[in-house]
Amino acid sequence: MKRLSLRGLKKPRPDPADEQISPMRRLFHRSPLSARERRIKHASAAFLAPSIAGTLLFFGMPFVVVIYYALVDNPISHNFVFLNNFIALLNNTAFRLAAKNTAMFSVVAVPLAVVLSLLLAMLLDSRIPLASQFRTFFLSPMMVPVASVVLIFQVIFHFNGALNALLARFGLAPIDWLKSEYNRYVVMILFLWKNLGYNMILFMAALSNIPAEILEVSTIEGCGALRKFFAIKLRYLSSTILFVAILSLINSFKVFREVYLLTGDYPYDGLYLLQHFMNNTFKSLDYQRLSAAAILMALVMIIIIGVLFLIESYYGRDVEG
Amino acid sequence: MRTPSPHRLRKNLTRAILFVIAAVFAIIFLLPTILTISNSFMTATEITANYGKIFQNVSGGSKKFISETVNLKFIPDRVSFSQYATVLIKSPAYLLKFWNSVILVVPIVIFQVLVASFAAYGFARYKGRLREIIFFSYIILMLMPYQVTLVPNYLVSKWLHILDTRWAIILTGIFSPLSVFILTKYMRRIPVSYVEAAKLDGANEWQIFTKLFFPLSGGVLYSVAILVFIDYWNMVEQPIVLLSDSELHPLSVFLSKINSGEVGLAFAVATIYMIPTLLMFLHGEEHLVEGITYSGGIKG
Repeated sequence: MKRLSLRGLKKPRPDPADEQISPMRRLFHRSPLSARERRIKHASAAFLAPSIAGTLLFFGMPFVVVIYYALVDNPISHNFVFLNNFIALLNNTAFRLAAKNTAMFSVVAVPLAVVLSLLLAMLLDSRIPLASQFRTFFLSPMMVPVASVVLIFQVIFHFNGALNALLARFGLAPIDWLKSEYNRYVVMILFLWKNLGYNMILFMAALSNIPAEILEVSTIEGCGALRKFFAIKLRYLSSTILFVAILSLINSFKVFREVYLLTGDYPYDGLYLLQHFMNNTFKSLDYQRLSAAAILMALVMIIIIGVLFLIESYYGRDVEG
Repeated sequence: MRTPSPHRLRKNLTRAILFVIAAVFAIIFLLPTILTISNSFMTATEITANYGKIFQNVSGGSKKFISETVNLKFIPDRVSFSQYATVLIKSPAYLLKFWNSVILVVPIVIFQVLVASFAAYGFARYKGRLREIIFFSYIILMLMPYQVTLVPNYLVSKWLHILDTRWAIILTGIFSPLSVFILTKYMRRIPVSYVEAAKLDGANEWQIFTKLFFPLSGGVLYSVAILVFIDYWNMVEQPIVLLSDSELHPLSVFLSKINSGEVGLAFAVATIYMIPTLLMFLHGEEHLVEGITYSGGIKG
């Protein structure tokens, strides 16, 4: 029953409004509703109510307060200082270091997470034996509790850890992986190890949704594997690439969990991330700085996501994925 | 005729090479899981003998490379359940923290999926301008790093006087937007014709939801539940910020604090902690993949 219904669901249901009116127009275009449509609208709005109420209470309203906090001088006197908190924040050396480190980490980690997981997906897609077992293995990092991940990474990368023991066997000098420049690479490995499996599944799903006929025709026409990849597959994958990129961006912020447990409140300079800054500001109860930083982070995220959307709609413009 | 063509041969060779690459990656990916489980069956003395060097001079901070390093071992000298005995019988603190995790995470998973499935039905059933804008703000909220939503969460918990109680984590967890997003994406693919048929049979909105949309989304609901469960089962930031009383902390937070003292126990506790996730995984991996499949692509 389930299989059957799923096959029927493969294609999104065609919406007659989609065909003529552009998304932008649709957003500002209001056609009169029939009585039936209005009934559906009101009846289904009731289903939205609990979620919207909770979201407004726990996220929406307090965020308005956060904006307010960012614009006043302190919670007691409430004098409006407009952008002063933001200027002070941008001049704060700890914030600048944290922002730089976080940006540098994400700029490298996100593309790596996208490309490597796509390669893994194509690897498992190439009809090798045991592919479904491999898929489970690649997903296994999702299960391991954060604390034991940290424990094992310590055992491997500690100054007296397993990796240095291995290096010593080959006569190489030991490296203090966790307390030097190298800790960036350790965290990068940790991030990739944790996230590649899930990203890979997203890509496997997208790869299996590419119409087989197009690939067959291209083979008959004498299209090489590389050409096939860049001219056809990449087009169909574009919306998944966007999704994986955004997901990886979110997860690159989440890596703080492990960094925090590995290195504590004040790690080596190279790993002092925005989340450390937020945490430490939180402890000192500096609401103004905290609110300004939260808003700045939110703005940057919105801009990055907007840009990614634009890129995707440009590349995927002539395929309906 | 019988000998394989050179083309065929090359194809098989490529596949063999790809298989080896996949196998190497798989081993690297499995390594920490295997290490955690196998080390949980070692005795405390064996663990100390293997890893003690790391955790002894943690406080000293000496950068001296001592010639004895850790001894990474996969197979215990003698399979022992002494760690498990300690965790399960001698020190009830761990079980208490495990219970803390359960009573935080189970309500979050159940109510988040429930509230989200209602909302997803609302988003899927009718597409209007206002609803599109609301849905888009859910996406934006979903994409915010935890450190951004932490400030609002903290403030509202303080106003409602639920700070430092479990409600602070449970209530904010229930309204996390990820499951709304995935479920909406899925429910929007349920054909209108099904709804029309149900209407002809005299079904009202509530019946369409409970008899049609909810059962049809079974697999995706399960996959969302697994994702939410994994996320909250491993939470660290939320309890640290919202719960100052460490008695109430879940095992995921507590586990990170026993690293230095009782390394041996940590592996056994971690293994026990992995069991619920493992069971959900083994039981629902197909659903997980299915759920992910339909959430691919962020638009719409």
